[in-house]
Parts: sequence; structure tokens; C-alpha cells
Amino acid sequence: MKELLDLFFTFARIGGLTFGGGYAMLPMLQKEVVEKRGWATNEELMDYYAIGQCTPGIIAVNTATFIGNKTRGVIGGIVATLGVVFPSLVIITIIAAFISNFADLAVVKNAFAGIRVCVFVLILNAVVKLGKSSIKDAVTLGIFLVVLVGSLLLDISPIIFVLIAAVVGIAAQVLLKKGGAEA
Amino acid sequence: MIYLRLFFEFAKAGLFAIGGGLATLPFLQDISLRTAWYTSDQLADMIAVSECTPGPIGVNMSTYTGFTVGGVLGAVVATLGLIFPSIIVIIIVAKILKAFQDNKYVKAAFYGLRPASTGLIAAACLGVAQIALFNTGALESLKTAVSGIRYPALILAVVLWLLMNLGTFKRLKGNKVLAKISKLHPVVFLAASAIVGIIFKFGA
Repeated sequence: MKELLDLFFTFARIGGLTFGGGYAMLPMLQKEVVEKRGWATNEELMDYYAIGQCTPGIIAVNTATFIGNKTRGVIGGIVATLGVVFPSLVIITIIAAFISNFADLAVVKNAFAGIRVCVFVLILNAVVKLGKSSIKDAVTLGIFLVVLVGSLLLDISPIIFVLIAAVVGIAAQVLLKKGGAEA
Repeated sequence: MIYLRLFFEFAKAGLFAIGGGLATLPFLQDISLRTAWYTSDQLADMIAVSECTPGPIGVNMSTYTGFTVGGVLGAVVATLGLIFPSIIVIIIVAKILKAFQDNKYVKAAFYGLRPASTGLIAAACLGVAQIALFNTGALESLKTAVSGIRYPALILAVVLWLLMNLGTFKRLKGNKVLAKISKLHPVVFLAASAIVGIIFKFGA
């Protein structure tokens, strides 16, 4: 029970400190889940994000379910997910009920423009950390660059990139190595 | 029964919206057209509020729409609807993964997936940089890209980066103050950036 409460409040904190989409959640996950609690590794976070791209639902929720499920089973998955949406429920309900022009307030606009700069730097740091463990050789560097440039320039669903990367990974690791051993 | 319908409409969005929170947007537009629960002007407000409040955008939008349609209970029901398919699907996927985690093909697939995942996050990061550091539409040509840089935001970004990373540099590792600063919780940097944004009117 204590662990479930810990799971709930950790994810509530992460949800409450995420500004933007699921990617903005990554720095918080690294701090709270990887560094502080050791519930998952950076590698596992990358796996969850890759799978979260190809499975139904928004990434933030998918990742919370994954980590909760890994820590405390099915109940853990449910509790972590409820935790991550809890702050939104409270904050949005209050704003929707009482503050009709919230997004137009000058103080909100200014604060959020500042926060956005910080979110950029936080995600940048998170990417560098992930890159250190995911980019190990020429093949992985190639995949990283192709996906980065491709998703910036082309209007292709991320699912396509994820699927191709998995195939390239299998080709490079299993098939080529096998061929090399036979030769 | 409006709550039951809310639950199913949002469960549908949760089931078919694949990817980030903004992937739910087309579904919210579709719901608005079919049900007349809210207008497209209201939807624009909901997106604006969802983007400048804490919490993942997709969750914020479903809570806001749910509240507009059915009050506090509507907000809860819509959000539960949104997360319901995720919970089921992810728990099943996690079970399958666990069964095959030592399979060499699965391992090799993840060897390829991880740099792809990093690349997608890096692209999202540049997307945030574009909004945070440049004026709207500045990146359409090289000329406007240079003149469209928001220098105060750029300076803040550089200062934040230095504060977060100086303590990890080899030469400066002995410095206890820098090391402490670089280990601060992200929320400290977020709060400081919000204050800087308010003082220097970043949103203007």
C-alpha cells in the first residue's frame, strides 16, 4: 500500500511538473524515476517512448502505465496512470470553473514563454543523456540522424520511423552478424 | 446518459490517437462536429489553456472538454475514458515484452529502436526550440531566421544550460556550488524561468 501511494504521488508530481506534450515529461521521469527511485533505466525509458509512439493512447499516459506496471504489476500500472492525470484534473477544473480568460492573461503568457525556454533546455539535456546510451556505433548513429532529419523535413508518421528502425536493428544485429560468422 | 457517451467518445480518442497529446486534436474536432457539445472557438480556448498549464496536453484537453460538457464529473469521466485503452493495451504489450525480452530478435529490434526514439525526441526538442527562441514564422527563410531570434530567450536558454551542466564538466567538478546547482530539481529551473519570463515580459 505504501509503495502504491509512493507510485501515485511520484507520478502526480511528474504530471504536475510537465509543461507541454509527453516529451516534456522526459526530464522529470529521468529525475524522479531513473535517478531518485531506480524504477527504470534510461534504456527502458527509450523503449517505452518508442513503443508509446506505435501503441494507442498518448505517450505520457503510456509511459506512466509501463513504469507502474513494471514496478507493481497491473495495479501499479493503473495507480501510476491515475497519478499522472490527477494534477491535470484538479488544475484544469479550477481554471475552467473560475478563470475564463486564463490563457489571455499577460502574466500567464509571460511566465509560460519563460517556462518554454526552460522546457527546451531540459529536453535538450535529456536527449544528450539518452544519446549517450543509445548511440553506440555507426549503425545507431545513422539511425539517429536519419530519424532526426527525416522527422524534421518529411511529413511521415513516427510509427514508420520506429518500425524501420526495428527492422534495421534486426538486420544489423542478427542477420549481418550471422553472415559474418559463416564467412 | 451523457457521462457514458463522454466516456466512450474519449475512450475512442484514446484508442485511435497514436503519438503525442496533440494527436487527440482531430478527435476533439470530430466530437465537436458530431455532438455540438462545444464550438470550435471553445476548442481553441481549451487548447490554449491546455498548453499553458501543467500536465500532458492530451490529458488537459480531455479534462477541459469533459468539464465543459458535464462539469467536474464530466472532466473525470472524459479523462478516465482517454486513459482506459492505454492501460489495457500497455499492460498486454508489457506482458508480451517480458516473455520475449531475452529473444535475440527482440533485443536487436531495441538496439535499432533506441536511437530512433532518441532521434524523435531530439526532433521534438528542436520543435520546442523553434517556438521558444524564435518569433512566429521566423524560420521560413534564412534572413528572417536571424532577425527573428528572441535574444532574451536565447540568453536565458544559454544561462540555464550552463547552470545545469557546468557542474558536470571535468575541470569544474571540484566546485561544490556548481555541482549542487547542476543537481537541482528541474522544477527549480522551471520556476526561475517563469519569474524571468514575467519580469522581462517574454510573452510580449
